[in-house]
Amino acid sequence: MSTNNIPTLELRSLEVAYTVRGIDRSVLRGVSFAIAPGEAYGLVGESGCGKSTAAFAAMRYLPRNGKITGGEIFFEGKNIVDIDEEDVAQLRRSAISMVYQNPSTALNPTIRIGKQIAEVFELNGVSSSDAMMMAEQALTRVQIADPARVLRRYAHQLSGGMAQRVVIAMALASNPRLLVMDEPTTGLDATVEAEVLDLVRELRRDTGTAVLFISHNLGVIRNMCDRVGVLYAGALVEQGATSDLFSNPSHPYTVGLLRCIPRGGLHKSTDRLDTIPGTPPALGLKFDGCVFVARCALADDKCRTQLPQMVTINVAHVARCFHSDKASSLPRSVEQIEYAPQVTGHSTKVGDALLNISHLSKVFTQDGHKVRVINDVSLTLGVGETLGLVGESGSGKTTIAKLLLGLTPPEEGGVVTLDGKGLAKTLNRRDVADVGAMQIVFQNPDQALNRRHSVTRIVGRAVERLRKFSLANAIARAHELLSGMRVDASLHSVRPVQLSGGLKQRVAISRAFAGAPQLVVCDEPTSALDVSVQAAILNLLVDLQKQDKTSFIFISHDLGVVRYISDRIAVLYLGRVVEFGTSQRVFNGPFHPYTEALLSSVPNIDGSTRKRIPLTGSVPSPSNPPSGCVLNPRCPRKAGSGYETLCETEEPNLNEVEPGHFMRCHIPMAKLKQLQS
Amino acid sequence: MLRFIVKRVGLSILTLLIVSVIIFLMTSILPGDIAKQTLGRDASPEAFEVWNKEKGFDKPLVVQYGRWMGGLMTGDLGTSFKFALPVSEVLGPAAAKSAQLAIVALILIAPISILGGVAAAMNRGKKVDRLLTVGGLSAAVIPEFVWGVVLILLFGVVFRIFPVSAFPNEENPNIFNSVYHLLLPSIALLFVLFGYISRVTRAGVIEALDSDYMRTAVLKGLSRKTAVFRHVLRNALLPTIAVIATQVPYLVGGLIAIERVFNYPGFGNTLLKAVIARDFPLLQSAVFLTGLVVICFQLIADILFAILNPRIRQRVTE
Repeated sequence: MSTNNIPTLELRSLEVAYTVRGIDRSVLRGVSFAIAPGEAYGLVGESGCGKSTAAFAAMRYLPRNGKITGGEIFFEGKNIVDIDEEDVAQLRRSAISMVYQNPSTALNPTIRIGKQIAEVFELNGVSSSDAMMMAEQALTRVQIADPARVLRRYAHQLSGGMAQRVVIAMALASNPRLLVMDEPTTGLDATVEAEVLDLVRELRRDTGTAVLFISHNLGVIRNMCDRVGVLYAGALVEQGATSDLFSNPSHPYTVGLLRCIPRGGLHKSTDRLDTIPGTPPALGLKFDGCVFVARCALADDKCRTQLPQMVTINVAHVARCFHSDKASSLPRSVEQIEYAPQVTGHSTKVGDALLNISHLSKVFTQDGHKVRVINDVSLTLGVGETLGLVGESGSGKTTIAKLLLGLTPPEEGGVVTLDGKGLAKTLNRRDVADVGAMQIVFQNPDQALNRRHSVTRIVGRAVERLRKFSLANAIARAHELLSGMRVDASLHSVRPVQLSGGLKQRVAISRAFAGAPQLVVCDEPTSALDVSVQAAILNLLVDLQKQDKTSFIFISHDLGVVRYISDRIAVLYLGRVVEFGTSQRVFNGPFHPYTEALLSSVPNIDGSTRKRIPLTGSVPSPSNPPSGCVLNPRCPRKAGSGYETLCETEEPNLNEVEPGHFMRCHIPMAKLKQLQS
Repeated sequence: MLRFIVKRVGLSILTLLIVSVIIFLMTSILPGDIAKQTLGRDASPEAFEVWNKEKGFDKPLVVQYGRWMGGLMTGDLGTSFKFALPVSEVLGPAAAKSAQLAIVALILIAPISILGGVAAAMNRGKKVDRLLTVGGLSAAVIPEFVWGVVLILLFGVVFRIFPVSAFPNEENPNIFNSVYHLLLPSIALLFVLFGYISRVTRAGVIEALDSDYMRTAVLKGLSRKTAVFRHVLRNALLPTIAVIATQVPYLVGGLIAIERVFNYPGFGNTLLKAVIARDFPLLQSAVFLTGLVVICFQLIADILFAILNPRIRQRVTE
């Protein structure tokens, strides 16, 4: 676009405070950065560090209790901190647009999509009939299927990916010079995320719009942005060109963040994840020195008393740290530990068969139609092993968990045996020992823990019920369990509300371990947590597994996490197991075409470029599955494989393609290997 | 949509049938011998028997119920003991009067309460909000007949702006005069219902104001006023509509005290007279009619809800 040097957006020492109970608490502490025309700038950091606040401040949209207490925001050279509401509205109408985290709720539920998009054109003076036509063009531009039909739909009739395309279409309708994207793909499936990111990249190439991209996902940022800023406690602690910053992180916080992530190849058997000790500072805390001092292993007296200035690492790479030269050698906060060898004399050893699932199916009745959501699933899991379940939403991961736990009964013929013993189909017909032997940890501990009970009571009650302990013994055992999960004794009497997300999840894990379980189902246990907390929880789970030989079924949409923690992986599509094998086999290939597409859609944090294998179209409805192989309409390997007719007419079996590696595909292994090389 | 309406109407009819059975049983097992009451204690046993036979009270309950229902279907509601007139001739005019009052009251109450609720929500936490919320609640805790008396004393007796009776004394009053007479009782009802309706509206508007789609609307560049008008109201008024619809039956059939205070020959007054006189045919039909109104407005609320909310409409059509 323009060749002058005026940045599209520039924040200069921006200070924002939220008024909480009458006191102003700083949320942004002198944040400065600039985004050039056409540039994509990423902001990363954990929750509560001010990323979204910075994004909304750029839109001049702060919550009712928020205000700008200092600094300036320049849009194309003009300070927009003090301009009045009408000018702000004009700016939003024509120059700055935003894309949000939850696209489904960002759309008005009672107004048709077409009218909502057309509204943007009408605001810019287009007649209503022309506006509707332009709305259709806007939808065509974001590559939505059947735009004319989408125009007449309501928000609840769209999938998450479609809704985000609509929001993007709406944002681009005004031909903005700046696009603010706040976690635009969080909550979307990996495959959908990849499509949305592709779209954003493509649109950016066509329009040259500058982008402020907010995400907690470092992989996404790495793939989308030219430059990155790292925020911590409302302060920009590091900034640089993306590849430079990722390959040479120079602030201890950035180093810590990158170490928390279970990235390609790491596995629990050899690597313990590092974490960032402690928790982020409370909102509005005042600092004399560095904001990160309390959690930094390199901190010394100078860090505590003097505010570090930005230090230049190289050309455009700066870090706010006195010890940036030592950052890369930041001591680990978690030691690699050698687990003691298995105690001998036990009757079972790791790898012995524990769980056997055979021919599990589930049919739901929806509006009078039979919908087969789980179709003939058979899996096995050994003692002390982890089985990872992966697949897009709607693939049946959670339903399998529910079937195992007896929360919903499977169809006739489905059998679940645990430790050689057949389990009753429903929970209320299982005896206490069986219930205690298989437990679950949910995604959202907020909703899973009774908020009126103390932590001790939550865990103690489970011990009392599942182990038939007396109350006094149960409470003693609860304290033991909680301490074992590193929930400090001082927190045992508090209620869940007073705990952070990570601590809540530790309580939930303690509760699951109350009955000395053989198998714990973890349904997205770390998805709601920050990466540093996630790493700590994953370490805890691995420790527990090593100690007690507990087996896990681990459900997650984060393939890096699943790869790290799992010994075996089952890949699900439309309620069917399409691939099943050891973690190594499944992740190293040759892959089932669906697994291949799934893996290639994950934004790569290591910066290596990899060809994305797209899945065309969306997941078909299980009420009307495609004939033949259920994947065939979307299969990236069908065309040209020579098996097209077979794929379209006959459903393949789950065949053992090599010892311990099962695949549901007509294309022979050798052919797949050749296609994928 | 049609299927939805048909289904809802069917359910309403079923509810109405159950209501009719309950009404019938309750009035049948009320204590006291009707014949004795009507004919007096000193009448001969034969006279009782003849009377009971004449009225059909000697028949089994099922037959009596059948006769009553049959009458309801054909519009023959029986004969009032007290007024010695067909029940329909007693209830008809009373219901018409009540409907008039309800309409006037509703036209006054609905917009004012909704406006109050919206104003409170838009100024959340500020003085306007507190005034409307606290004022509305305070007004609502005082019973409508107390408001009635206060209003009569103030505007009817002291200032003489409004008539003290809700019913014009003229032979054929024109519509303006009728409405004018109904204003004072309507204001009394406004005081009682304002707090309730405006609170529900306020909650709905606040929820919509805090919603992500409102944020989207503002960040599109709409002014706050336009955004509220286009994006908030439609979503926010859903619960309000339901609440107003449930208040309509009260306005039609439940205003016994207000009608007494304003000396208005409406439905409530008639119901009261029927109870006091143990005028069974009148009582049964009056209560049944009240039930009919309640169910009808519930039905109207459901349908309105479906029209305004595409999510419900969709579930309906699929």
